[in-house]
Amino acid sequence: MAKQHVVVVGGGLAGLAVTMKLAEAGNHVFLISMVPVKRSHSVCAQGGINSVNPLTRQQGDSEWLHMDDTVYGGDFLQHQPPVKEMCDWGPRVIDLLDRLGVPFNRTPEGFRDQRRFGGTMFKRTAFAGATTGQQMLYALDEQVRRWEARNLVEKYEYWEFLGPILDTKGHCRGVVAQDMFSMEIRPFAADAVVLATGGCGSVFGRSTMSMICTGGAAGRAYEAGADYANGEFVQVHPTAIPGTDKLRLMSESARGEGGRIWVPRKPQDDRDPNSIPASERFYFLEERYPKYGNLVPRDIATREIFDVCVNLDLSVEPGRLCVYLDVTELSAESLKKLDGILEIYEKFQGVDPRKTPMKIFPAVHYSMGGLWVDYERNDATGGLVIGSPRNQQTKVPGLFVIGEADYQYHGANRLGANSLLSCIFSGLIVAPTIVNRLKSLPQGSAADQPVSLFDDSVKPHQEWMNRLIHHEGTENPYKLHQELGDWMTRNVTVVRNNKDLRSTLEKIAEISERYGNVALSDKSNWTNQNLSFTRALGDMIRLAGVITEGALLRDECRGAHFKPEFAIPSPDAEEPAALREQAGVWCKAFKAKGDRWLKTTVARHTPDGPEFHYEEVDTSLIPPRPRTYGLKGAEVIEQVWSKMGVGQEGPAERKVAVGGAPK
Amino acid sequence: MKFKVKILRQDTPHDGSYWQTFEMPYEDGMNLTTVLQRIAADPITVDRQPTAPVAYDASCLEEVCGACTMVINGRVRQACSALVDRLLAEQPSLIEMRPMTKFPVIRDLIVDRSSMFEVLKRVKAWVHVDGYHDLGPGARIPPKQQDEAYPLSRCMTCGCCVEACPQFNDRSSFIGPAAISQVMLFNAHPTGRVDADARFEVLSGSGGIAACGNSQNCVKVCPKDIPLTDSIAKAGRDTTLYQLRKWFGS
Repeated sequence: MAKQHVVVVGGGLAGLAVTMKLAEAGNHVFLISMVPVKRSHSVCAQGGINSVNPLTRQQGDSEWLHMDDTVYGGDFLQHQPPVKEMCDWGPRVIDLLDRLGVPFNRTPEGFRDQRRFGGTMFKRTAFAGATTGQQMLYALDEQVRRWEARNLVEKYEYWEFLGPILDTKGHCRGVVAQDMFSMEIRPFAADAVVLATGGCGSVFGRSTMSMICTGGAAGRAYEAGADYANGEFVQVHPTAIPGTDKLRLMSESARGEGGRIWVPRKPQDDRDPNSIPASERFYFLEERYPKYGNLVPRDIATREIFDVCVNLDLSVEPGRLCVYLDVTELSAESLKKLDGILEIYEKFQGVDPRKTPMKIFPAVHYSMGGLWVDYERNDATGGLVIGSPRNQQTKVPGLFVIGEADYQYHGANRLGANSLLSCIFSGLIVAPTIVNRLKSLPQGSAADQPVSLFDDSVKPHQEWMNRLIHHEGTENPYKLHQELGDWMTRNVTVVRNNKDLRSTLEKIAEISERYGNVALSDKSNWTNQNLSFTRALGDMIRLAGVITEGALLRDECRGAHFKPEFAIPSPDAEEPAALREQAGVWCKAFKAKGDRWLKTTVARHTPDGPEFHYEEVDTSLIPPRPRTYGLKGAEVIEQVWSKMGVGQEGPAERKVAVGGAPK
Repeated sequence: MKFKVKILRQDTPHDGSYWQTFEMPYEDGMNLTTVLQRIAADPITVDRQPTAPVAYDASCLEEVCGACTMVINGRVRQACSALVDRLLAEQPSLIEMRPMTKFPVIRDLIVDRSSMFEVLKRVKAWVHVDGYHDLGPGARIPPKQQDEAYPLSRCMTCGCCVEACPQFNDRSSFIGPAAISQVMLFNAHPTGRVDADARFEVLSGSGGIAACGNSQNCVKVCPKDIPLTDSIAKAGRDTTLYQLRKWFGS
């Protein structure tokens, strides 16, 4: 049998997890990454990784409750079997990382310490200071280096994925990639291709994401025929600090350790925040959400910041969404656990957050949506069939997607510290799928394909590059990107409305047109970053269209997707009977909204733009329910809803409807 | 307000280098990666000559990935956390950027640091576990030991320490402070220490611990305040003990 290869694109947590598992099983992996893998965006993850643990278990926690928090936090938009499997694996994933040497914080007895994160009442989050993602990435990087030293992994760092190689039947046979230094373009034949290429923050100009998170790889796979799902669900993190080049995250762990969010009750009070007495501070999350307090899910915290800053005009800085994140009252021990992020604030803002409340702002942070991937449900467990050839596979046979680049695990809103889990979990479970695939190769081997398939695959990329380098145009790709980012940030983030979404779509069409007229300021054939950026801009424009049109079509509020025009008015009657009646009306409206919109948005690329259809969501394990987080006055909705008995009739079959918008 | 940025450029690894100066309008809170972004968008020199954008390495922009390391006003550091107003306070009106000098230049400010990753292979900078199947948690670790490991584990392989090290150069095979510190990190780990002797063997050899000239420059430039000289001192002592054990065959 000819030698088999797997291509993994992207060397963050997900890509490294699958690479080490495949190498352990004796498979040869080409690992392709735009940066040395140790510099991947996973380093920016700060707060921690979730799973049920011995402490929470004794407080009544379970894998099931972790799943419940995850799907409730995600507003029930994710298929439940993959989430169940992920939460079941949580403890094992963290044990493995522990064995690999991740320096998790410890209790006096030497056990792993845990902190609380948003959207749960349990301390599920294991952490390594406030640089957990970096520490976990390094542990996996070290393991992959171990296999590299044994020649099972061949790294192609500073290489960029340009697209999958598809045969005439549409099966993936490898990838085309470009050396970002020499600009050489070459094919890599492979019997399985895994994309682990992260999110697409650059679509919004500046975000908390790294410069490499352009969505370029996802955009290219989408263009080649892989569907893109739930693109309109984009997480805006409530707490970041603005910068001229990027927006820097201030981890939820600051609140997990006891940090509090507040604004002065007097609009634009210009006193030193430390001198404002408690009675003149508005701790709006604590007041409005007594149960979860500062640890409500991110979409809710972000919207409340918007409400307080815009509707109540209480922003700390006029004209912006700025509130205080206050850790000045924390113990020295808690502050030490946050050193990693407090250093960032101090270095970039020049103010010591241990002494002065931080000024923080919401920022685009995470793509819940991503490339559509399949899974096979295990009817006996409600989880997944491990090793099924369907798990994490796109619509293109042989092309798999894991990590933030897929859409699978977080629904309409991701809970903090679940992303490190989903990245590593999806990387670990796609490995047995690929090992099984390599044993049987249902569509034949890449080595048996005609050489011309691979030779010809390079040509269009080479031609595109030569054409672009010599193109005389008037548009500047960086300025075009800024324009795109400004529009997307203004109209397609926290609050959305159809009028602005429509005008944004028109703008995207205009930018797309102008993109045809870009000129490079660098005409060279050596380390041309201008070219790489301009290529990615094309992908950003395409994904911007998918995100914006998906948002326009979805006439409801769900998780991070908030359209006030379609919000169900909250009950506000004083008198109990009237309130109950209003709650009844609310619940009926909620039921109708779920019937129509509890569906996965699926976008398919066509030359004329995306074509949308909707698929049923597998909610067979936990019936959907209103998402209130103990909001003041929501008790009555919950009572009425539980009496209605919706979705209590037992596990449903998974139905997949293809084609057509929901009725 | 405007200020000038002088950048040492080089078109390819085989070309000579040359200086180019750009004039930038100041922005509030501006850092050097912003300056490089603005140049990329509008690559025009101070003499109003169009030029190619300056090539540079950058990713996270919050000083945790190590990509944008370069020599700024004569000191090696990350461009993202180099704030313009502080640099101008040090040296008014002109900021100087050049690539690191201890690595081959690819183009402009991009250098090839792959040798640093290669060294990590030689010193087996990993924990050799039995496998990735479920074997329960790792060893219990006292908080004090975690407190010592965590700072060493924050090394971004950025190259600041070797750039500042007089012993790390073309004429020496010194593996450098970062790699020595990684040896001490893994040798202290309950499972990682199974490879301790193999690591000491590398430290005993040419370019190992004896090549350190004790200039202590490394610890001064480390952006993560890693106690590199403590690691080196401990590594020196432990390597001597290892050699003694080896000579006496125990």
